[in-house]
Formats: sequence, C-alpha cells, structure tokens
Amino acid sequence: MERSVVFAGFGGQGVLFAGQLLAHAAADAGLHVTWIPSYGPEMRGGTANCTVVVGDEPIGSPLVRHPDMVVAMNLPSTDKYEPLVKPGGVLIVNGSLVTRPIEREDIQVIVIPANEMAEKLGSQRMANVVMLGALQEAGDILVGMEDLEEALRNYLPARHAHLLEANIQALHAGAAFVRERALAPA
Amino acid sequence: MSKELWKGNEALAEAAIRAGAEAFFGYPITPQSELLEYMSRRMPELGRVFLQAESEIGAINMVYGAASAGVRVMTSSSSPGISLMQEGLSYIAGSEVPVVLVDIMRGGPGLGNIQPSQGDYNQMVKSAGHGDFHSIVLAPSTLQEAIDLIYDSFELAFRYRTIVVILGDGSLGQMMEPVEMPPFKEWPNERPDWALRGAKGRPPNLITSLYLGAEKLEALNLRLQEKLARIKAHEQRHATFMAEDAETLIVAFGTVGRIATSAVRQARAEGMKVGLFRPITLWPWPEEALDALLETGRIKNILVVEMNAGQMLEDVERIVARRVPVRFYGRMGGAIPLPDDILPILREMQGRPAGEMAATEPVLA
Amino acid sequence: MAIATLSTEKPPIEAMEVVYKRPESLAEVQTHYCPGCTHGIIHRLVAEVIDELGVREKTIGVAPVGCAVFAYQYFNVDGCEAAHGRAPAMATGLKRVMPDRIIFTYQGDGDLASIGGNEIMHAAARGENITVIFVNNANYGMTGGQMAPTTLPGMVTTSSPYGRDVKTQGYPVHITEMLAIMPGVAYASRNSMHSVAEIRKTKKAIRKAFEAQIKGLGLGIVEILSSCPTNWRMDPFESLEFIRDHMVPVFPLGEYKVHDELKRRK
Repeated sequence: MERSVVFAGFGGQGVLFAGQLLAHAAADAGLHVTWIPSYGPEMRGGTANCTVVVGDEPIGSPLVRHPDMVVAMNLPSTDKYEPLVKPGGVLIVNGSLVTRPIEREDIQVIVIPANEMAEKLGSQRMANVVMLGALQEAGDILVGMEDLEEALRNYLPARHAHLLEANIQALHAGAAFVRERALAPA
Repeated sequence: MSKELWKGNEALAEAAIRAGAEAFFGYPITPQSELLEYMSRRMPELGRVFLQAESEIGAINMVYGAASAGVRVMTSSSSPGISLMQEGLSYIAGSEVPVVLVDIMRGGPGLGNIQPSQGDYNQMVKSAGHGDFHSIVLAPSTLQEAIDLIYDSFELAFRYRTIVVILGDGSLGQMMEPVEMPPFKEWPNERPDWALRGAKGRPPNLITSLYLGAEKLEALNLRLQEKLARIKAHEQRHATFMAEDAETLIVAFGTVGRIATSAVRQARAEGMKVGLFRPITLWPWPEEALDALLETGRIKNILVVEMNAGQMLEDVERIVARRVPVRFYGRMGGAIPLPDDILPILREMQGRPAGEMAATEPVLA
Repeated sequence: MAIATLSTEKPPIEAMEVVYKRPESLAEVQTHYCPGCTHGIIHRLVAEVIDELGVREKTIGVAPVGCAVFAYQYFNVDGCEAAHGRAPAMATGLKRVMPDRIIFTYQGDGDLASIGGNEIMHAAARGENITVIFVNNANYGMTGGQMAPTTLPGMVTTSSPYGRDVKTQGYPVHITEMLAIMPGVAYASRNSMHSVAEIRKTKKAIRKAFEAQIKGLGLGIVEILSSCPTNWRMDPFESLEFIRDHMVPVFPLGEYKVHDELKRRK
C-alpha cells in the first residue's frame, strides 16, 4: 500500500511545510515515507512543490509522474498538475486563487477557499494547513487527523507557537469543508 | 526503535559527526550546502573544527593538511566543486592519507544546473584526478543507507589510508526520510605513527606525493596497486531485489537504484520476472556478485538505468562481456528516470507489448 | 741552543670551543640548490630560529612546488609537500587541528604570489596563526627561469624574451604590502640576502614571524629577496648586486607590519 501526494504553490505559501507535516505524521505513525522538494535558485517567490510518498513498505521511488493526490495552492500549479493526477485520484484546489473551472471528471476535485478560511482563523498563511485538512478528509493518505494534529504540536516552528491552536482549527476547518460539501446536494 | 525524519544533507553531517569526524573544511555549493551549514553549527558545539574555506581548492588542501596530522577529516561538495578538488585528491591519494569526501551530484557539464544527476560517476569512480589511483566509492540509495555508510567510512579510510567517497545526488541531499541515527563512536586517542605531530623522540615524518626518479615513483605506484587489489578483494558490496529468479535484470545505483525497486514491483505485479542488482560500492565494483548471477544462466538480458549518458554502463558491459544483451536508459540534466519510464522498456525486454512509452517530459526533483 | 717554538699543534677537539655548527633543525644532507643561490642560507636561518625558540619537536614544515620543493628533506622536522600554491591551505588544515604546534610554509614567488595568490590572501584574511617564509627571486627557477608575478619591469626571462612589458605583462606584485594592511596579519617584513648585514636582519625578521605564531597573534610573513644566478645568467656576486641595485628599488625593504606585542624587544 503506497500513496503519493504532490503539494504545489508559490514559494512562501507553505507547500513544503504542509508536505513535511504529512511526512512527520507518517514517520511518527511508524510508516515509511519520503519527502522530496523541488529546489531552485530562487529563495522566495516562484513556484515550489514537494512530493510525499507514504507506504507500509520501504519506499522505492520518491518521485512519481502521476501522483495519487495533488494539493494545488495556486493557478500555475493547478495548470501543471491537473492533467497529471492519477485517474481516480484527488485534486485539492485553492479556490481563493484559482477561479477557472477544473475540467477533469475522472478524479475527485475539491475547490476550497483556503485563503479566506485561514484569514478568518487568524492568518492567511495557514491556508496550507486548511488544504492539508481537506486532503486528509478527501483522500486516503494513510495517516489520521490526530497524527497530523500531533505533527503540528511537535513540528510547528517555535516562532509560530502562538498560532498552534489556530493551525489545529485550520486543519479541522479544511476537513469539515470537505465533509459538508459531501453532504450537500450536488 | 525510534526513527526521526531527517533531511539528507543534514543526516549525512550528523552521521559523520557521530562517526567521529574531528574536522570539516568546505565551501558552499548547491545542492549540498545544508551539510556545510549543519557542520558550521554542530562542530563548534562539540569543540571540533569547522572552517569555511575560500574555495574548494582551499578546502581540499586544508583537508590534506589535517589528514596529514592523522585526524579524522572530511569535506563535502557537488560536481563542479569536486572538479576543482581533483588536484588535491590526487595529492591525497599519492600521499596515502585518509579522507572522507561527500559528493552530492548535480547536472553538468560546466555550471550545468543544481538538479540531481549521476554525472560524476566517471570523475569519482574512474579517477578523481591525475595518476593511477581509485577512491573507495560508496553509493547509498536511501538516507538510512547513507548514514550507515558514512558511519563506517573513517574506519575504511584509515584501514587502507585512502579516500572514501560517499556519492549521492541532489535528491538524496534534499529529501527527507525517517532514519535511525547511530550512537557516537568512541575512538582511541593515539594517532597513526605516520602522522605529522612534531618529531619528538623520533626521526621526522614526511607526507608527500613527490618521488623523483622512475624507480621510486614506480615503487609507490606498485604499492598503491597492491593496496587497490586488497580493497578489490575485500570491499565489494551490492544489494539485490527480487533477483533470485529474474530473467531481466536492472542494474542501477544510488537514487536510481531505489527508483528501480518500484519499477521491479510494478513489473512483478504484471507477472514479469524482473529483478534489480544495485552496486553499493562503485569502486570496487561488485563484479564477482554480478558475475555469479550471470553464471546461473537465468539472466536473459540486462537494463542499465542511470542519470547520465551511460557512464556505469561501460563497467557493466565489461563485466557482462557479451554474455547477454545489455540495454541502457539514461536521463540527464536533472531529469530523473521514473518507474513509468522504465516499465515499457522492461515489457519489451520480456517480449511483451511495451504500452505507453517513456514520457519525454522530465520530472524535476 | 734552546729555541722557543710556537706550537702549531691543535688542541684536542674536546677542548675546542664550538662557535659554529649545524643547527639541529637542519638535516644533515646536501641541498640540491645551484651555486650562489641563497635558498640554502635561508634554510639555515629558519633552522637556527626554530632551534633558538626551542620548538623543533613541535614544528611542521610545509614545502611548496618550486625550487624549494625538497625543503622538507633539509629540515629536521616533520614535513609535507603541498600542491603548487596551496601551502597556506595545507598549513591551515594542520594548524586548525593542532593549534599547539608550530606550522610554517616555505614558498617561492611563483608558488605564493601567482598560483597560490588566493590561498595566501585568505589565510592572511583569516589571521591563520602560521609563519610564511616567502622567497622572492623574481622568476620561476625550477622550471627554467620563466616570468613570475615578481619579475621586474623590463627583465628578460625565458618567457619574457623581450623584457617584461608592463603594458601587456603587468606589474610586479607586492605581496608583503598587500598582506600588511590585513588585520589578520601580525607581522609582515621584506628582507634581502644581498649582504651580511641584510642576512642578519632577515634572521631577526624570521624570528619575529615565528614569535607572532607562538604568541598567537596571527599570520607572520617574511618576504626574502633572493638570488638566482643560474636563471639570471650572472655569477653569484653579480646576483647579489642585482638584488641590491635592481630588486630593492622595486621591492623596498623593511617591516610593513609589526604587532604591538612584538615591538617591546630591545
């Protein structure tokens, strides 16, 4: 059993950190996991992404051409990864920045206003965690909400410690958004 | 057993420290800089030596100096920086002082780029500088293996008075994986008798690679060759994955080696008898083990996969010696061969329809 | 008839006072240097200083590539052979892992001022606690007298057959002046071997450069103008005159930097 997730967005949107949270949660849950970032000359701005592969066996390839799940935080990432999601996979799109319709019909698509939701909870910078919560609810990432919560408690950088509770709320808000959407009539 | 999530470059640094590294001299270069940065924090904390040199040339010659004192010393760099270090590496080899070197490879030639590559195979495995010598070259495919290999690298370096290279690529340096860190190693206080510590109560010691006169230099070379033969006899290491009954054998090292395990699993799921042979020592190349596999007569063909234009391929072809056909798939410039790219080739080699052929769009780590 | 005779017999050897001997830090071997070359005397000065400071057993010498490539054979101390120009980096490695040892480099002008320019500049900038003996004879002696960074304007060498033209071949490099302005440098002096008086001054400078290291004050460098009769195509006497009359005007002698802690003597 192996799951692959790509987190993609602008540098500064916290895509690498969202991936690390998942990686930490998986590692601490005793699963095998790899986290691998894109890296480039630009320290800020530009696009960033990371690939997380979680499994119950040693991970072979830490990179995949067709990920099971994609968290796309902005339009360029959505444009790049919408065609690449594995059929039957999950695409979480940041509706705050991506207004175009998603065309794929063979995958599950969640469009979530992550920036606004995070803003309401105290800081737009938690949009990554909102989307991670949505991913946990929508896709089978092999780790539970409590694992992600624990990862936040253990690995949120000390300089953001005052935002810990807000981050945990953001995680749950993302998941709740997906649940409510699932219950709502199509 | 508690595992912690570590970043490759930092894990290598911490493991080297626990292995007993007493001094580090280096120069920043992507994608290995986190190793140097980690050392700059951690070594002073432990009362050990860290110095950022003025260049890779400076760094390797500082390493040469510290190694001449019989100290456990290391450096790290990436491809263009390693090219600059070649002069020093040749002197170090000629002087037979023990050194550990980490090369986190990036794309070339020239300034190339900072994406992962295996383009340093030739410059590390064949000869890292002028003259006849080889370093022991270890190619980890996972972070845990990288840690385990660097952990024992000083013993290897001192046992043979040689350079030990940990050859990784940008993705190994940049990725994170849960690993178990080994404990701090205990080392005895005394220094080797050849070390430069001051000629107190003994004749002066000399560390040099200069031997004027053909007889003297040939004698040194014969001694080096004898040493290389001993290393070859004792230090070949490899791993296999589902190779026992394989008909098609992938040969790949490092990151590509681990990627190939995914391709093997997928091929097996399709009912193909595919296995992996992964050299862990690139010098000495584990020829005996590959040879033994070929001698079983089960292997029908071999696929070499690399992140270069076929640098290791030449070694595999030499060992296979036309006994079975050898195919090659390589990506360059930071492109990484993925299981999806390898599978269609495996199907062809197994006499099946290939299906969707390898994508041409590179996946960049 | 009794004749008073003056005895010409030598007293027994043990009764003689030893007034001159080989320094313990100088190995008992013949050097390979050309007749009239002053490298040998400089070696002796360095060895005398090491003896006088009582540091022989904890001294490590770093030899260059160039005429002094075999320097490690001539000193009775631990030694090593650096790559061309890299002696300051190698010395840095040695000193950083053994701060209580005395490390010196012995380098020529091609080695230090040309290919090793970066290494010496940065060792100085870091204030490495090492001693640098820099022998300047204005050409690449070992390889057959080619133009060096220190070759004088107009000087004929095997690679400047029309005389060094500063318009296309640049000007002599003044290493000692350059290093003297660096805070990491404790002692910087330029001396010469062209007369007995200058040789005595050179020894004093070498001593200060070692003392700077012993006191942990930073890098000490002594640039020594030296003769090269073979490549200059002169006899030894003409060579010394050439230093005095032609090199000294371009490379003025004197102490360019003396750390306060080194000044209190006399």
